[in-house]
Amino acid sequence: MLLIGNYIVLGFRKLFKVMLFSSVSQLHHAFKSRQLKVVDFLKQTLAHIHKTDAEFNAFLSLSETPGLMASAETLDIAYDRGENLPLLAGIPIAIKDNICIQSQKTTCASKMLSEFISPYDATVIQKLRSHHVLMVGKTNMDEFAMGSSTENSAFFPSKNPWNRECVPGGSSGGSAVAVASGQSVISLGSDTGGSIRQPAAFCGIVGLKPTYGLVSRYGLVAFASSLDQIGPFARTVEDAAILLEAIAGKDPHDATSASYSFIKPSFENLSIKGLKIGLPQELFSDAISDDVKQTVLTAVEVLKSEGALVETVSMSSFQAALSAYYIIAPAEASSNLARFDGVRYTYRSENPETLSDLFKKSRGQGFGSEVKRRIILGTYVLSSGYYDAYYLKAQKLRTLIKEDFKRIFNTFDVILSPTTPSTAFKFGAHLQNPLAMYMADIATIPANMAGLPSLSIPCGFSSEKLPIGMQLTGKAFDDALLLKIGHVFQSKTTHHQRYPEGVFHGV
Amino acid sequence: MVFETVIGLEVHAQLKTQSKLFCACSVAFGASANQQVCPVCLGLPGALPVLNKQAVYFGIIAGLMLNCRINRHSVFARKNYFYPDLPKGYQISQFELPLCEKGYLDILDQRRIGITRIHLEEDAGKLNHIGSNSIAGAQGSLVDLNRASTPLIEIVSEPDLRSGQEARAYMELLKTIVEHAGICDGNLEEGSLRADANISLRPMGSTTYGTRTEVKNLNSFRSLEMAIQVEVERQKNILLSGGTIVQETRNFDEATQSTTSLRSKTNAHDYRYFPEPDLPPLVLTEALIQDIQNTLPEHPQKKKARYLNDYHLSESDCKVLLQDIQLDAYFRETLEKGAHLAPKDICNWVIGDLTAVLKEAHSTFSTTPIQPEMLCELLTLIHQGTISGKMAKDILVTMQQSGQRPKALVDKMGGGQISDESELRGIVDAILDQNLEVVVKVKSGKSNSADFLIGQIMKATKGKAKPDLARALLLEQIEKRVL
Repeated sequence: MLLIGNYIVLGFRKLFKVMLFSSVSQLHHAFKSRQLKVVDFLKQTLAHIHKTDAEFNAFLSLSETPGLMASAETLDIAYDRGENLPLLAGIPIAIKDNICIQSQKTTCASKMLSEFISPYDATVIQKLRSHHVLMVGKTNMDEFAMGSSTENSAFFPSKNPWNRECVPGGSSGGSAVAVASGQSVISLGSDTGGSIRQPAAFCGIVGLKPTYGLVSRYGLVAFASSLDQIGPFARTVEDAAILLEAIAGKDPHDATSASYSFIKPSFENLSIKGLKIGLPQELFSDAISDDVKQTVLTAVEVLKSEGALVETVSMSSFQAALSAYYIIAPAEASSNLARFDGVRYTYRSENPETLSDLFKKSRGQGFGSEVKRRIILGTYVLSSGYYDAYYLKAQKLRTLIKEDFKRIFNTFDVILSPTTPSTAFKFGAHLQNPLAMYMADIATIPANMAGLPSLSIPCGFSSEKLPIGMQLTGKAFDDALLLKIGHVFQSKTTHHQRYPEGVFHGV
Repeated sequence: MVFETVIGLEVHAQLKTQSKLFCACSVAFGASANQQVCPVCLGLPGALPVLNKQAVYFGIIAGLMLNCRINRHSVFARKNYFYPDLPKGYQISQFELPLCEKGYLDILDQRRIGITRIHLEEDAGKLNHIGSNSIAGAQGSLVDLNRASTPLIEIVSEPDLRSGQEARAYMELLKTIVEHAGICDGNLEEGSLRADANISLRPMGSTTYGTRTEVKNLNSFRSLEMAIQVEVERQKNILLSGGTIVQETRNFDEATQSTTSLRSKTNAHDYRYFPEPDLPPLVLTEALIQDIQNTLPEHPQKKKARYLNDYHLSESDCKVLLQDIQLDAYFRETLEKGAHLAPKDICNWVIGDLTAVLKEAHSTFSTTPIQPEMLCELLTLIHQGTISGKMAKDILVTMQQSGQRPKALVDKMGGGQISDESELRGIVDAILDQNLEVVVKVKSGKSNSADFLIGQIMKATKGKAKPDLARALLLEQIEKRVL
């Protein structure tokens, strides 16, 4: 399917397009067999980014080209020598802008951190460096990962490659757009209540929130520490598995990371015969649009035909999960974001008159309204006199949610549902109503509350030609099982092979 | 009306670990500003804490030495407030489930003071205000985060103390214990041990508590005692004149010997404590606690009993030794090397002459060239009668100056004291011949005059005459003389 780089440069436009949508292993084989140079692929990727990103706004900052080219050239020399390089060597990757890369900006899409240059690498970045990936840039997001559309970015919203009038989802919208539009082969996002899976669903790609503790959070700017997890975006389940293997593992710098490493499972001769899948009736209710519901149910038939056993289950804690989430996440955020106080590396307001004036003005001017809303909410629920009624009660609900999952997993291997209640919505649709925006995460939040792995894979398109995602949630550390099921599905379907033709037009 | 004073102390002790509570940065004192920092203790975005094991062990040691229950499951919590010396905007501490609970400390003849809890927490950084000693009125304030995240334990007492003297005695004993446990260097002036006092009054016999104030800035035993006295006096005057006490935090000013209001309860922080999600609960095994229990340093109160009973030291000897851990270590080492010497003699020399010599020379027990075994050698020379106590004192000064061994110094001085009877008798006779009129005085009962003659003998022998022998020979020879 791939040809030598020169042909493409000579104008085989179609091939060039297809190549940008290649998978990690396809590219690796092309690099290794020397059909394709790392430098050439990087050049084409960067050219594509420059051509398209003025429109899509996936990136907040791009890595410096000379450094990237030098790395690519070094890899080509290594490939020329026949060295055995990791699968990810030379693969362009985009990184969400809340993950610290040494000597590069980490803004979290906030005015507060618009000038912050991290002096250190996140653990996942260090791991990726040892795999010789090419980090092409930092991607747009909702400010401090709070939001479901990238409309809360302090800089600009990103656009959905399938329909530019629609949001790409969020908060990791930029990372999803980059992969969906062929600007990078894979990317990293973070998921606190759905921030990887929801944009993956909206953009028609694969997104995985790993089990809590599987991937180190060191260097991920915290939103809600007990819920945050870094995870991969990719166009194929296999690529997501490759990326997860590279970033997972116990980290001495993260006390909440688990003594558990992830090895990409073999995808040869997989069978899901006898696999028990539960469909929570609450997530096939009227709250879910018909398009989405029907498409997911059609996808379920594919799995059934592969031998999976499917039954409806009731998960009564679903409603409670959303409420409890919007207490616990803001509570932790109100504390996590306290360090952005105008004293050190943050935005600082001009001419503060007193110390408290410095704090108030810097924070008042540096944070956007959604961030402020959640800080106020979180401060309130932790305040003396309200703690028991809100925070403590939410923690009890969290225990109930975990028990509810446990009960279901006594019978079922995985839970399957739509990832989102609807397809990508139009810009501004929910801006006047934060609660409606919060509803976008109804299906994704429970997995965060219980710390479980959860995978979104494209499973079809709506009548408006917008992608629809299907979500699989499993037991803790059953990430590999989810990926295997996802791979079986992708090997029987072609949804993931479609890409938004429009990215090559009118930009 | 007669009032009863009710005091509880909150004591912060800085733990003597190598590194900070949640990162590998050094806690060494005296580095230039912001040199002992990393992403974690700077509170950079994305950085996460990892608990220092040594600090946990030290906390357990404190708990065991203060008779506490060690919680097998304890939880870290965030204490949220804004201040420029607090880089994360919260302090990681423990709140609902601390490391240690329900201990006690016996002070002053069996007064048992309850210990409510001991918990682990991190220190804040330091602010250096330009042109003022507080942030208000300063031209600017410089933030130094070297101290940020230094490990502390907070030891909270029950409101069992009844006077400034008791509070002082409690604090002194606490200092001795943490020092001897090797977990804190116990320096109040440098702030490695800090106390805040909660003070209230109630009518004698009442079982409910009065409104309390919290008094801060107590950086010596004296200021602790003094602050409590003046605050009790202040509260008493208010109550006697029919007023009410306002619950507030007050600052003690040593210069004016008074307390002034820092902030009232209505302005008090709501710290919004909640469990620290970045650190899993601290779970301790029985085996670990047993291990620490088995290797616990000797409790100073037990040590004191040993000194009194086995070594026959006095109460005041014990007090001096136990108050200074270096002094005590020196004493014990000398004792070990000089098993043939009387412990009481060693103690006298260590806390008496040696301490004086070091003070004079601006030296300390850790920097002096006089090793414990050298002191032993010196005391052995006295013990054997080779030198007099007086000579030994002079030799000690020279040892401090030159670092030479006492035997070598005695040889250089032309040998030890003159203890040979016939040699000394000759000298005594010569002195008597030269001072016949004095001999007459002595014989007529003026025994003071004998001291003059001893002085003459010492002068003639350059101080080397063995004093008791010289005196005996002198009296014997005077008796023999017929005038």
